[in-house]
Amino acid sequence: MADTELTRMTAAELAAAVAGGETSAVDVARAHLDRIDAVDERVRAFLHVAPEAALAAARAVDDRRAAGEPLGPLAGVPLALKDVFTTTDMPTTCGSRILEGWRPPYDATITRRLREGGVVILGKANMDEFAMGSSTENSAFGPSHNPWDLNRVPGGSSGGSSAAVTAFEAPLGIGTDTGGSIRQPASVCGIVGAKPTYGGSSRYGVVAFASSLDTPGPLARTVLDAALLHQVMSGHDPCDSTSIDAPVPPVVAAARQADVSGLRVGVVSELSGEGYQPGVLARFGEAVELLESLGAKVTEVSCPHFSYGLSAYYLIAPSECSSNLARFDGMRYGLRVGDDGTRSAEEVMALTRAAGFGAEVKRRIMLGTYALSSGYYDAYYGKAQQVRTLIIRDFEAAFEQVDVLVSPSTPTTAFPIGERVDDPLAMYLADLCTIPSDLAGNAALSVPCGLAPDDGLPVGLQIMAPVLADDRMYRVGAAVEAALDQRRGHPLLDDAKGLDHPKGSSDD
Amino acid sequence: MESARRCGVDSLGRMPITSDEVAHLARLSRLALNEQELEHFAGQLDVIIAAVARVQEVAAEGIPPTTHALPISNVFRDDVIVPPIGADAALDQAPAAEQERFRVPRILAED
Amino acid sequence: MTETATLVPYDEAISRYEPVIGLETHVELGTQTKMFCGSPASFGADPNASVCPVCLGLPGSLPVINRTAIEYAIRIGLALNCSIASWCRFARKNYFYPDMPKNFQISQYDEPLCTDGWLDITVGDEQVRIGIERVHLEEDTGKSLHVGGATGRIHGADYSLVDYNRAGIPLVEVVTKPVPGTGALAPVVARAYVTELRDLLRALGVSDVRMEEGSLRCDVNTSIAPRGTGTWGTRTETKNVNSLRSVERSVRFEIERQAAVLDTGGRVVQETRHFHEENGSTTPGRSKEEAQDYRYFPEPDLVPLAPSREWVEELRASLPELPAARRARLQEEWSLSGLDMAALGNAGALDLVADTVAAGAGPAEARNWWLQELSRRANESGVELTALPVTPAQVARVAALVASGELNDRLARQVLDGVLAGEGSPDEVVAARGLAVVSDDSALLAAVDKAIAANADIADKVRSGKTAAAGALVGAVMRETGGRADASRARELILERLAPG
Repeated sequence: MADTELTRMTAAELAAAVAGGETSAVDVARAHLDRIDAVDERVRAFLHVAPEAALAAARAVDDRRAAGEPLGPLAGVPLALKDVFTTTDMPTTCGSRILEGWRPPYDATITRRLREGGVVILGKANMDEFAMGSSTENSAFGPSHNPWDLNRVPGGSSGGSSAAVTAFEAPLGIGTDTGGSIRQPASVCGIVGAKPTYGGSSRYGVVAFASSLDTPGPLARTVLDAALLHQVMSGHDPCDSTSIDAPVPPVVAAARQADVSGLRVGVVSELSGEGYQPGVLARFGEAVELLESLGAKVTEVSCPHFSYGLSAYYLIAPSECSSNLARFDGMRYGLRVGDDGTRSAEEVMALTRAAGFGAEVKRRIMLGTYALSSGYYDAYYGKAQQVRTLIIRDFEAAFEQVDVLVSPSTPTTAFPIGERVDDPLAMYLADLCTIPSDLAGNAALSVPCGLAPDDGLPVGLQIMAPVLADDRMYRVGAAVEAALDQRRGHPLLDDAKGLDHPKGSSDD
Repeated sequence: MESARRCGVDSLGRMPITSDEVAHLARLSRLALNEQELEHFAGQLDVIIAAVARVQEVAAEGIPPTTHALPISNVFRDDVIVPPIGADAALDQAPAAEQERFRVPRILAED
Repeated sequence: MTETATLVPYDEAISRYEPVIGLETHVELGTQTKMFCGSPASFGADPNASVCPVCLGLPGSLPVINRTAIEYAIRIGLALNCSIASWCRFARKNYFYPDMPKNFQISQYDEPLCTDGWLDITVGDEQVRIGIERVHLEEDTGKSLHVGGATGRIHGADYSLVDYNRAGIPLVEVVTKPVPGTGALAPVVARAYVTELRDLLRALGVSDVRMEEGSLRCDVNTSIAPRGTGTWGTRTETKNVNSLRSVERSVRFEIERQAAVLDTGGRVVQETRHFHEENGSTTPGRSKEEAQDYRYFPEPDLVPLAPSREWVEELRASLPELPAARRARLQEEWSLSGLDMAALGNAGALDLVADTVAAGAGPAEARNWWLQELSRRANESGVELTALPVTPAQVARVAALVASGELNDRLARQVLDGVLAGEGSPDEVVAARGLAVVSDDSALLAAVDKAIAANADIADKVRSGKTAAAGALVGAVMRETGGRADASRARELILERLAPG
């Protein structure tokens, strides 16, 4: 099979081709490594590419197949792994100088499950530093570029894995979603990104940003691919006390079902209006009409406390991260600065952290320290946790009336690189729609619903399902995807022209 | 974004955060920031705090706080040994090591 | 830097001031593994050999609660008459310190597992009830070696070397309520409390509670206020209190020191102080510019702990007989007074006596041997009773030999000499040294006749009816037999021999 064919295939198609002997896993891996060579200088999706490890993993799959051993459902399929997951054979930097070159002595549970399943990890994907950001511009190693328009952001914090999938460097990516960091990049890149129910996928080996919010999840070009990856990576982990001890919801079957007739769909009234790009609202509106035409019953639902989600999130997440990031002090691993033999440990810690952390991380650490301080705790962190309860109740009330909730995934399409870096609040607004599901812990997914008429850039439809009902969002997402693909007549990503000029032209 | 800051109190009766307060936060979180950075961050943090302080507008009398989205409890492990990774693996990435221990600069504070 | 504190002599200080004490005790639990990971909780000398991503706090690692540690903590709470929470959480205590890999400690803050209990202790013949405020769980920190300074302590060190073997070991913290009203007995009460707590923990089997090794650590709080005011003074917290004796001395020193401060019109500074073993004094720890704000919040990586009432009752039913109950039972079984029991306790002989009785000796004999002869030997050798190389079973054997007449008291002491010297069991020593009482009549008669022949005038006295004089002849027989004669049989034989008529 030609390389371009291999890189254009879905994960499901590649897995079937490998299992069926039509192609080897090594060929598949090579095709994608070549693609990375061809485009990643411009996309900058990867912080570390591991050709030898990838080919060795691919060879192992081919050997198993040759020996007649059973293969996992995604055996031989390449994947871009966000650099927040520990890997023993590749560095894990979290997009930060403070962990530059760090080689963990242990694999994350998800890393282990991927390896056991024969998934071929091509390398570690770029990200906003310690998962804080919505554009990858906070990466200490430079931003990634949106394959639709290289001057624009691919979203964040899982921008690298999203860009890799969008640019056909890998059919699968894994990110983490804390405030929207899977769904928002998926939305602005025109791909599928899902946040499982919190606790549905293991956090062991996922460098923590906000412990009660971080949720690893799949990125892919199709809903089915995302469901397949969701299935492989999820499930109970005794090493993670917050992990759900129950079977993974039947997401693959739901993705194949793709039928919404009779389903009650609620449009969240608060997730619209001022600050939302007209083109985004237009495509979202059409997606809702589409759902109706497919047999869904659509109503408007009010979730009044969603308007406070951003404020609550930007208190809870920084508070937890101010504590989670305290361990980066130069004493045991990572960067150490200023140890000239005269300075104290306290000084070396402060110098190391000042040099090793970027501005956004520092802001959030200080914000979190502030919110947890005695005298401020009740008014800030404590209050935010109460708002969180109210948001959960909003969801519970809503899900008594409807089966899923929908909204745009993010208020705008991909913004230009540099546009929001000096305006933290403007950057935070990208998470407006995604934050409520992180706070409540329920499942949510972003599926492309067209290109905005005003700028021709992808728009994402967010589908939110109740806790543990992850399958429901795949069902709806698959239905929308099928209908739109049919209407369009070709895959959405065929329209992504950002990489269409010859290599070496100056557009960064 | 300009670094201009509001004078006086905001709508919630909160004073703007000062460079000194930011310096205090920086000290608490072990971040060595210079004067310029403190000023710059003070301006930005002020705007952010004003935004997040909106949570105080919400009437939440009697509402319990949520720390875990899902009601799981009593997760344990058995008291059974799992082989440790060993000193070599532990010290492998240490910035400085001596006598199989992590070497750290002199510590000021008493425990 | 040493501060020479001014002190008011104890008796004077206590005559004018009322002390209030409090104790925080940390207990290292004897579980197999650490609090939040499967690394071994007991380890040898190799640094950093018992660590894993979790107790090293590596990025991405997550804690999981050790069920046995919870069991132990609940049992401790029950033994201390506490209420066990039906729902509680762990919390993060945030501060930076190199021996704490995450720069926060997982502990419990406003939701401790056990609350509101008590422990009764006996001081002299008084009973004092010590209120227990709370019992909670937390993880221990690593250990640092400070290199380059003169004393091996932090001050003046050039750098430190950190070993994380101990990081993550389960610790139970027991905090008393403040204890007022102890007056002059405050130091003794503090010591008695720690002693009783230690014995209780040992009986529960939850820790090896060795203060010298650090598996039982005490912080002692002391404050004083002028008598009769009814108010409480500012308290200081004294750390590095590594023995029972130090507990007592630290309270005493603080009372003397604080009295001197107040006498001169000064104010006691609320601070942490460091106890010095060498001279029984305390000095201030490094003063901090601001009070520590630990920014506690509930630990998001752990889910709440909700021990069911069934589980708690199961654990309550599994509690062993606790030291106080055991002492009461033994006191009754042995028909002893409170003072007698206290004497046993003070000598550290209670368990030894109980084990000796269990091995067959009578209580009175067992007490006698341990409190008289063996205590003397222990004092001579400068060791604790428990350190003597003789077991309760062996003591019981000696007592049995005396009871059956095979040994008399003098011989028994010689047998003990042999056992203590390592010559073997009591029977082996008796055989090797030939220490059996001579009760064989023919051997005795030979010695009797010899004694009579050598002391004709005494013999005449006995013949004439002055049987009391026979004692001297018995003595002669004893000397003749090297002390091995059965004295009463010898006397009988003498009287028979010298019977009138």
